[in-house]
Amino acid sequence: MSRNLILGAALSSLVLLAALISFIWTPYDYAAMNIPDKLQPPSAQHWFGTDHFGRDMFSMIMVGARTSIAVALVAVGIGMALGVPLGLTAAARKGSWLDELIMRGNDLVFAFPSLVIAILITAVFGAGAINAIIAIGIFNIPVFARITRGAALSLWEREFILAARVAGKGATRISAEHILPNVANLLIVQGTIQFSLGILAEAGLSYVGLGAQPPTPSWGRMLADAQTMVSFAPHLALIPGGAIIVTVLGLNLLGDGLRDFLDPRIRVARA
Amino acid sequence: MWRWTSRKSRPNVTLMLRYALKRLISLIVSLAVASVVIFAVIEVAPGDPASFMLGVNAQPETLAALRSELGLDVSQTQRYFNWVGGMLSGDFGTSYTYRTPVSQMIADRMWVSLPLALYALTLSTLIAFPAGIYAAARRGRPGDLTVMGATQLGIAVPNFWFAMMLVLIFAINLRWFNAGGFVGWDKGIWAGLHSLTLPAIALALPQAAILARVMRSALLDILGEDFMRTARAKGLSRRQALWRHGVRNALIPVLTIIGLQFSFLLAGSIIIEQVFYLPGLGRLVFQAISARDLIVVESVVMLLVFAVIMVNFLVDLAYAAVDPRLRNRT
Amino acid sequence: MSLLQIENLSLSIHEAEILNQVSLSIAPGEIVAVTGESGSGKSMTALAVMQLLPDGAVGKGSIKLNGQELLDRPEAEMCALRGASIGMVFQEPMTALNPVKTIGDQVMETILIHQAMPAYKARERAQEVLIRVGLPPDKFPMSRYPHELSGGQRQRVVIAMAIALRPKLLIADEPTTALDVTTQAQILDLLKGLVTEYGMGLLMITHDLAVVSDMADQIVVMRHGEVVESGATDHLLRNMQHPYTRMLFEASEHQVNLPESYETKPLLQVTGVVRDYRLPRKQLFQTPGTHRAVDQVSFVLNRGERLGLVGESGCGKSTLTRAILGLEEIQSGQILLDDQPVFSGHKPNLAVRRKMQVVFQDPFGSFNPRHRVSRLITEPFYLLDDPPHGSDRLDRIAEMLGAVGLSADDANKYIHEFSGGQRQRIAIARALITRPELILFDEAVSALDVSVRAQILDLLAELCEAYNLTYLFISHDLSVVRTITDRVMVMQAGKIVEQGETEQVFTDPQHSYTRKLIAAAPRLPEIGRGAA
Repeated sequence: MSRNLILGAALSSLVLLAALISFIWTPYDYAAMNIPDKLQPPSAQHWFGTDHFGRDMFSMIMVGARTSIAVALVAVGIGMALGVPLGLTAAARKGSWLDELIMRGNDLVFAFPSLVIAILITAVFGAGAINAIIAIGIFNIPVFARITRGAALSLWEREFILAARVAGKGATRISAEHILPNVANLLIVQGTIQFSLGILAEAGLSYVGLGAQPPTPSWGRMLADAQTMVSFAPHLALIPGGAIIVTVLGLNLLGDGLRDFLDPRIRVARA
Repeated sequence: MWRWTSRKSRPNVTLMLRYALKRLISLIVSLAVASVVIFAVIEVAPGDPASFMLGVNAQPETLAALRSELGLDVSQTQRYFNWVGGMLSGDFGTSYTYRTPVSQMIADRMWVSLPLALYALTLSTLIAFPAGIYAAARRGRPGDLTVMGATQLGIAVPNFWFAMMLVLIFAINLRWFNAGGFVGWDKGIWAGLHSLTLPAIALALPQAAILARVMRSALLDILGEDFMRTARAKGLSRRQALWRHGVRNALIPVLTIIGLQFSFLLAGSIIIEQVFYLPGLGRLVFQAISARDLIVVESVVMLLVFAVIMVNFLVDLAYAAVDPRLRNRT
Repeated sequence: MSLLQIENLSLSIHEAEILNQVSLSIAPGEIVAVTGESGSGKSMTALAVMQLLPDGAVGKGSIKLNGQELLDRPEAEMCALRGASIGMVFQEPMTALNPVKTIGDQVMETILIHQAMPAYKARERAQEVLIRVGLPPDKFPMSRYPHELSGGQRQRVVIAMAIALRPKLLIADEPTTALDVTTQAQILDLLKGLVTEYGMGLLMITHDLAVVSDMADQIVVMRHGEVVESGATDHLLRNMQHPYTRMLFEASEHQVNLPESYETKPLLQVTGVVRDYRLPRKQLFQTPGTHRAVDQVSFVLNRGERLGLVGESGCGKSTLTRAILGLEEIQSGQILLDDQPVFSGHKPNLAVRRKMQVVFQDPFGSFNPRHRVSRLITEPFYLLDDPPHGSDRLDRIAEMLGAVGLSADDANKYIHEFSGGQRQRIAIARALITRPELILFDEAVSALDVSVRAQILDLLAELCEAYNLTYLFISHDLSVVRTITDRVMVMQAGKIVEQGETEQVFTDPQHSYTRKLIAAAPRLPEIGRGAA
């Protein structure tokens, strides 16, 4: 267990815990306005202070964590659910027209950054958190397809795959039985990294108004609201920004730690 | 000797050209497919732009006139080809809301967004290369750990939040820069660059953190290669071997990331423009979304996608320049 | 005075002891071979002389070059010595050269970092050296990149880099292990010639005892980081003192006694088989060319017969193996097992495939690291219509593990818990578990140390007795094929150029290529056997 892994797991679970607790308890109602108490700096009553409507920032951060995690998690899920089978198929049919089609399709999707997809969807269907999920999710598909294919291709060269073919097993069966379990570690690590990128992307999208809409609190929109007031109430920007940094840093450290922990080469060296 | 050299160099040029041609064909196919996708998505949009522009009480005749003026009175296929044909000849159509040529609107804004993205790309490369090489050369030592810690933080910072902090410190408190706005290039190139500096730094630093990590790990991979040991056996010092044999080989994975980063920078610049109130493509596209000016959205998106595909094409060519093995692979 | 004098060299890496009290010396113009099995520390000895050890290595003792101590010498001074006074050649020519620099530039670099001279002069010098190692400019211009050369040619470039400044000492770490026999003979000749011509000392690291006895003036035998025996080649071969040395030499040319086989019914019939690979398109709108990897191959393998297939890398023997296994479709010809085609229509014929199994070369890559041995060796059951279940299955696993010399308890272990030789035993168990009619051994003992290889060959002979095996043994190693087969085929450029009784082919080869192969293969001198 490396320091990275422990610190990363601690930070990530802190944020996850905050998001889960927010379902049953927050210090204040996150939507309750209290104009007389507006723009309070952090204090014993309001740990993270209050915003320009006097809403409790701590409660908003807790509920905002929910939005961030939900969007990023579903988006990574979409990316994995579609990307991994595509990558496995492309590797199993290496060099065929199907492989070519999947890889060209990947290149094409890479040309559409999530923001561009979000712009397109919002322009057509209007804004909402679903857009952010779809936009980030679509962008994740080629990421997973590519990494799965790359890892699977080197596995297909290995002799234990040849042995399975000699035992009469077909490409689908081999992919499920031999390839997938051996790329799982890689996917877990990449999934963690993509999750953190998803948190960042969601914040960016909701900052420009392409993500979650009011009254759903989100860290990105809290920052957008803070922009005009940052000179006299810096905590409005520092606190949501800090929440994003802690979450992303935690997930990245977790990913790095998992990579070292799961890497068979390093484990063999330890044994 | 001379004749032999020229004879030998010719096949390399044809190989290079053939490689470039193959990439060019795939570039054109990508652009074609991308344009169809964008057009199709926009077509799904509910509502008719002409009735949206004229309001609910419009006369049928005026509506019909506007529809034909906007080119909406023909079939979808026809409209697609009109759109693509127009773009190829520099005509991006007419904005539904402003009734001005979209190409003009885009051209004005491009001169903010494109320099910003390139400025940021330059900054990020200039920061990342030395940092990555420095860290790789000092693997496991305090210098490496410091750089790696800084990049870990750099990756976690959202660029638009970082931009707000830069404004708070350097514009509001120190007053070294303006808090926002763009003076325009007619005030001189330095004045222009000055007003893009904070946005460029905000964009560049998080990307530089990623790039520095990629550079470092690519170099560390290369350091384990057999040919690095050969280089050391020749009498090169650790540092000489790293510079002469490591860096160019490490460029191969790093180039991929630079290509990908350009698309992030372009997308990022759209967000950063909001922080600094820059009159770039980002502002244009968000105004267009709220005004449901779909023709503008469609063209800006196509332009962004074009830029990304173009950059990836250039990266592919750069690969071949760096890696001789690619030239004869088809 | 000796050129290189290593005295009582001990080395540890992160506390683990790698070398213990190693001593050896090399005189100018002398070839000293350090030999031993993997893990003996022979390569570390070479790297210690270069002072290119991994991080965390701590050395004690003394390494003197021309009387100057190298151990604890400042790094800057070592850089001045490396390449100029000591040159080094490595095992893997495919990766030893920088892929993005031309061969000329890489040879020039050795010259330019040690001697100040104009670039054109360095270029002339580099060209001379490349000509000396057999790469003349009309065929191999200096503007070539490494990927445009074959393995042997690349090794010549590496040698050119190492000898460009005529160092007093040349170190060669398994310089021919990755090469084919004919190429190996040429590279060894080149090295020998250079030693005589330049009066260099050569420290040669190799596991191949035949190469050792052929090349070396002095032999140093190592095991577990210690020198077990050393001396002048002739003397050492005649009077081996240490049992380990004797064991190594015996194992190197280990002979097995195959039981006689009587049946003459054909089992595998290969007729006119052709396998073409599509080449990448040269021009955009041209139809792509093809490479004929297997060209009109015909042979018959009788039941109970042990047939060998030898040839150098790229001759098509692996492709032929895959075709017989039904993994790839052939373009013309016919492969029949028990009178049934291996491929029916465009699909592999499963009814035939269950009669065949295979053992691969790589003991590390042949098993899914995530499965237990019981699951690994029963994978071929998938081919059976009615695979054994429950206690039948367990009995079969235990029986097979026992047959290959492992215990039934090993079934619950993962593959990383086994050594290379044990893994190869498990691979044989996997191949035998369905009681196939035919087994293909694809370079099955090539990655093993000689002592382990001898044990596996013995195991095969035992299994022939117990299970009346029929097999096709594919290998590049002539000495192994000679002892483990009844009949042998020689393959060159996709064609079978000669086939016949193994002893007959080896003692009286008919085809010129067979003669060339046999002549190129280094052999242990008779004296070695006599002393043992």
